Amino acid sequence: MIEARQLTKTFRDRKRGEIHGALDVSFRVEPGTIYGLLGANGAGKTTTLRMLATLLRPTRGTAVVAGHDVAAEPDRVRARVGFLAASTALYARLTAREMIGYFGRLNGMTDAAIRSRTGELSERLGMGEFLDRRCDQLSTGMKQKTSIARTIVHDPPVMIFDEPTLGLDVMTARTVVGFVRECRAAGKTVIYSTHVMSEVEKLCDVIGVIHGGRLLAEASLSELRARHGLTDLEDIFVRLVEGAGGESK
Amino acid sequence: MNWRNITTVYVKELKDSLRDRRTLISVIVVPTIVMPLMFLIVGKVTASSVAKAREDVPTVAVIGGTDSPEVLKRFREAKGLRVVDAKADWRDAIAAKTLRVAVDIPDRFAARLEAGEVPSVRIYHYQGELKSENGVRVVERFLAELREDTVARRLAAAGLPKGAARPFEFRRENVAPPEKVGGNLFGGLVPYLIILLCFTGAMYPAMDLTAGEKERGTMETLLCSPVPRVDLVLGKFLMVLTGSVSAMVFVLISTTASILIGGAALLSGGAGTRSAVAAAGAMRPPELPAGPLPIIDPLGIVGVMAMVVPVAVLFAALAFTVSLFAKSQKEAQSYLGPMIVLVILPTSLGVLPGMELTPGTALVPLLNLSLVCKEMLSGVWNWGYIGIIFGSSCLYAGVALWLAVRMFGREEVMFRT
Repeated sequence: MIEARQLTKTFRDRKRGEIHGALDVSFRVEPGTIYGLLGANGAGKTTTLRMLATLLRPTRGTAVVAGHDVAAEPDRVRARVGFLAASTALYARLTAREMIGYFGRLNGMTDAAIRSRTGELSERLGMGEFLDRRCDQLSTGMKQKTSIARTIVHDPPVMIFDEPTLGLDVMTARTVVGFVRECRAAGKTVIYSTHVMSEVEKLCDVIGVIHGGRLLAEASLSELRARHGLTDLEDIFVRLVEGAGGESK
Repeated sequence: MNWRNITTVYVKELKDSLRDRRTLISVIVVPTIVMPLMFLIVGKVTASSVAKAREDVPTVAVIGGTDSPEVLKRFREAKGLRVVDAKADWRDAIAAKTLRVAVDIPDRFAARLEAGEVPSVRIYHYQGELKSENGVRVVERFLAELREDTVARRLAAAGLPKGAARPFEFRRENVAPPEKVGGNLFGGLVPYLIILLCFTGAMYPAMDLTAGEKERGTMETLLCSPVPRVDLVLGKFLMVLTGSVSAMVFVLISTTASILIGGAALLSGGAGTRSAVAAAGAMRPPELPAGPLPIIDPLGIVGVMAMVVPVAVLFAALAFTVSLFAKSQKEAQSYLGPMIVLVILPTSLGVLPGMELTPGTALVPLLNLSLVCKEMLSGVWNWGYIGIIFGSSCLYAGVALWLAVRMFGREEVMFRT
């Protein structure tokens, strides 16, 4: 489970002064559900997710992830989280197998457990033909599969996806979307950030619209449609953003 | 701090670096092949130009002396120089290097000598120009012989023995063992090379493992792991240190091998050897004492390596911290590049002749290391200074490492945009 309580992150910029990357963001994600964080570029999605993954410390507020506080027990939180983002790359000079093994060891797994888990993931994701190939020689789709395997090698109960399909072709994006669904089916707590409306419509059980660092609305797709009297998610999103004042922060 | 985590990170970084061509070049190829080759080529070229300059028969213009034909005749017949008539523009000719030296023989030189006066002969030359200086040496030798003959003739005329004007002889003989002579000659250069390579050896891995990872997006991937930041820093830092120490070890191995394999040829010829040694010592005079050829004390080398280890830790931690601040490898390079000057400046002062270890110089970082290493290579073990310098280097290294850990934990550094 994930529970964010008034998460706030303030950055200081020499020219612009204080900037709120996230401001009083509160939400709750139950196991077996996908929470979609929908927002334009710079809305605060990545900042919020980085705080949940303990890559950034909240300026104010806190979050509990899989029973551990992000500020008090960051190492324990990371051990229970799989974080996949467009910005999390692979080591070019390692093979896919070495990449999975490295993150298995960093997560405290034994060599035997890593071997067994690598075999299992390779079969599940269809990685057999490129498992021993260096990451810099892999296609985009192969890289994304390796990234997925790296993320779930330790079988975390919480999955955080930050725009995981950004820049991917249709087929590779489908692999990622399929994997997110599998996570939900496996009872994991999933949070999925994107600015692609169709992905949110297809995947998410609950949608949180974020803009200017603030969470503007939170509901299921059907509730949002009923609340705003609109069927198209894009129209709903635009109305919410314009209501908050402006196109972007 | 968990050693399993640190080892996991270190082993991965080592494997990754060994597959990286650029790291291999900076840590292995440059210290092993390029540096000794460079010094060998520089030494050979210098030795050959010095030898060529010495083979050159200097052209000497004699001004005046027409009223002293005997002296002029001796001048023209002297070996090792070619006498030409002085033209009006002899000064310009020296400046243009078409004439090496001009000698001004005063009026009535021979007559004034006979009369017991002390006439003065002037030698005009091009200061700092090797061939002109060589010409001066030949002319001075000729004039010294002329003076000796004059003295001998006067003594004979007075019925005095030769020993009346030269009552005793003296000669110098080296008693310092070869390793001390070697230490004194090369002692400044060896630590200089080692310290410089220690830094350059740390540079590339430091940039690759920090700014490089940020640029490639793997830093964020790594930070997602549950490993405490201090373990990540120490694992990565150990790799940077490995790069630094490897560069030092490879340069020592290659230099030793070069001396063992090519040394016999290099150190076999007298003048050639002296020239090569002078070239290697850069600022040393070409005169080497007679006797056994200089060598370096192996114990001194061991001492130098031990003293350099904390400095390698310091360099690795500094290079790591500075690179960590950069967003890209290019930016890291622009920070670390100027730092080489800060390393070279104090270290190169230690190479200067006459620079000694004193309570003052013992406090200057890197210069103190350079000087104490120079002493150790000469077989001088000043334990007080060694203790102070080793201790202070360890302290600086500890502070730098602490700073690296602190910086790694700062999100404004790790996620700087």
